[in-house]
Amino acid sequence: MKIHEFQAKELFRTYNIPVPRGKTAGSKEEAQAAARELGGDLFAVKAQVHAGGRGKGGGVRLAHSSEEVGEAAAAILSAPLVTPQTTPGGITVHTLLIEEGCPFERQFYVGIVLDRAAEQPAMMVSAEGGVEIEEVARERPEAIRRAHFDAAVGLSAEAARDLAHALELSGNQAAEAAAVMQALAQIFVERDCSLIEINPLVVTRAGRVLALDAKCNFDDNALFRHGEQAALRDRSEEDAREAEASDYGFSYVSLEGDIGCMVNGAGLAMATNDIITLAGGAPANFLDVGGAADPERVTAAFKLLLGDERVKTVLVNIFGGIVRCDVIAQGILQALETLDLKVPLVVRLEGTNVTEGRRMLRESQVAIIEADGFHDAADKAVAAAKGGAA
Amino acid sequence: MSILVGAETRVLVQGLGRVGQFYTDLMVEYGTQIVAGTRPGKGGTDYHGIPIYDTAQAAAADVAFNTSVVFVPAAAAAEAILEGAEAGARLIVAITEGVPALDMVRTKAALRARFPGTRLIGPNCPGIISPGACKIGIMPGYIHQPGPVGIISRSGTLTYEGVHQCSVLGIGQSTCIGIGGDPVVGMSFTDLLPLYRDDPQTKAVLMIGEIGGSAEEEAAAYIRREFDKPVVAFIAGRNAPPGKRMGHAGAIIAGGKGTAAEKIAALRDAGVAISNSPAELGSTVAGVLG
Repeated sequence: MKIHEFQAKELFRTYNIPVPRGKTAGSKEEAQAAARELGGDLFAVKAQVHAGGRGKGGGVRLAHSSEEVGEAAAAILSAPLVTPQTTPGGITVHTLLIEEGCPFERQFYVGIVLDRAAEQPAMMVSAEGGVEIEEVARERPEAIRRAHFDAAVGLSAEAARDLAHALELSGNQAAEAAAVMQALAQIFVERDCSLIEINPLVVTRAGRVLALDAKCNFDDNALFRHGEQAALRDRSEEDAREAEASDYGFSYVSLEGDIGCMVNGAGLAMATNDIITLAGGAPANFLDVGGAADPERVTAAFKLLLGDERVKTVLVNIFGGIVRCDVIAQGILQALETLDLKVPLVVRLEGTNVTEGRRMLRESQVAIIEADGFHDAADKAVAAAKGGAA
Repeated sequence: MSILVGAETRVLVQGLGRVGQFYTDLMVEYGTQIVAGTRPGKGGTDYHGIPIYDTAQAAAADVAFNTSVVFVPAAAAAEAILEGAEAGARLIVAITEGVPALDMVRTKAALRARFPGTRLIGPNCPGIISPGACKIGIMPGYIHQPGPVGIISRSGTLTYEGVHQCSVLGIGQSTCIGIGGDPVVGMSFTDLLPLYRDDPQTKAVLMIGEIGGSAEEEAAAYIRREFDKPVVAFIAGRNAPPGKRMGHAGAIIAGGKGTAAEKIAALRDAGVAISNSPAELGSTVAGVLG
């Protein structure tokens, strides 16, 4: 789960990581009021969106007075923000963070990810802050210093100091940066993060170490033990259908195509998307209804797919393992009793009680295109989608 | 022969609650020796004649087992894995889905330090089956048949697809293992391939990977170095968008790494036969078996 920068900074404050003073605002007027309250003659106006690359899209602006803050706020709020990580249509900005401006002399990258191969969290630091770390990793991997740490213990003072020295910091600044790194590691472990980043961590003109930005993603699997974190979720940042699907407990990802897919199991769902693409079509979504799909889940999934106006064809691909194909067939027929099916429906059933399941579909009054095998299902779905579009 | 589990395997079920009971019935039906179960507060009772204990330790004091299967809910699953190891299980198969990643980081570190001989499969996996001899997990038993192909997969139903496609062509399996779809799991492709190499029944291996992480690349390096049996691979998620979790917590392209293209290139370089379509898993295996 992703949270906003201002939420991550609030979390940072509770761990004594220094961040700029700031206030959130939802309108030009609120932004101006925030600036007046903060005072000073330099402000940052920052769009609060989950997508990265905000700066490139004009979502982060500097201002020198409350009037300029108001203008910057109005500009960001008035049009969708397009960044390298959003769709070409961009996303609407609802919230801004107005901060005191902090002129700085040096900037660094500090982040923690779970290193899957090492099976340990890895802290990464680089003297090349303020740019995308992926870019640095690709072009100058030697510019990134890594230190793994034990998730049961945290980042040791020695390791943190070594990293600070690797950034060519000394004295108080090294000590402050090391403290930030240790606190960051503590947050990562205590709050079950999947990613945490400060980009940039800066040394201000006044010589203080400060987290100018903050990014924090939580492990969805651990939210059950962090109720306060789950409450930070911003559904307006999520694709509407993805948010709805998560209420049903489905894994759903919106894609760009026109074939709505319903599959049981994540691997099979990915493979279904692959085979549709191989057959010359384009999936509208990835949807895993779970290995043990039952009639209720099938009905909910149909509602989701049929509510998507882009969907020109629905492809159901179920491998009945423990769940029986006749039960799935019953679920499909039940769902279609209450839902209006306006697009072609291709169904491929395989596995337990498949003969009975197929017979039930065939004998029903519903117009179902029956597919025999994985290939056949993809071909028929692609043909139906193209026919429907013509 | 097969690997890791066979007719002699004696299994403890950790978490013999409603879900555990359902799958225990199916395992027993398949012929698996389920010798005990745990369910907190139910020690001293039994389930269809299987004695139930409060803890794995208590079970170990009474019954001999060498393997455990974990159905304990996600919040307590990592703890249960350690409990199983402590009670003497040499192989632990964790079926539970949704275990926090850092729990697995800590549990695997503890296993390495305290129980280096204990092997872990999963979590978030369908389990392991040596067809005709032993089934531990939630896969449908009847699609399998004994034979020469070892199958390792990060996915559940896609594994069934691979098994089914082989069986339909008359190609049976030695041992099929779902290693799990999480970022941190127990045995990986590289831990399992050496066992298949040394297993005389296994003549070829089908690897079903997916986007995310670098397990497939590591497998490719191992295969190139020292695996001399034919390998077929399929990588799911060729068209997955970056930054999105495709169902499995581990199936995510992060920072431009873990793409299907990189994995396929590494495997192909190692001499692995790539199945381009998920509908050609069985036929590609048939091709390498000759």
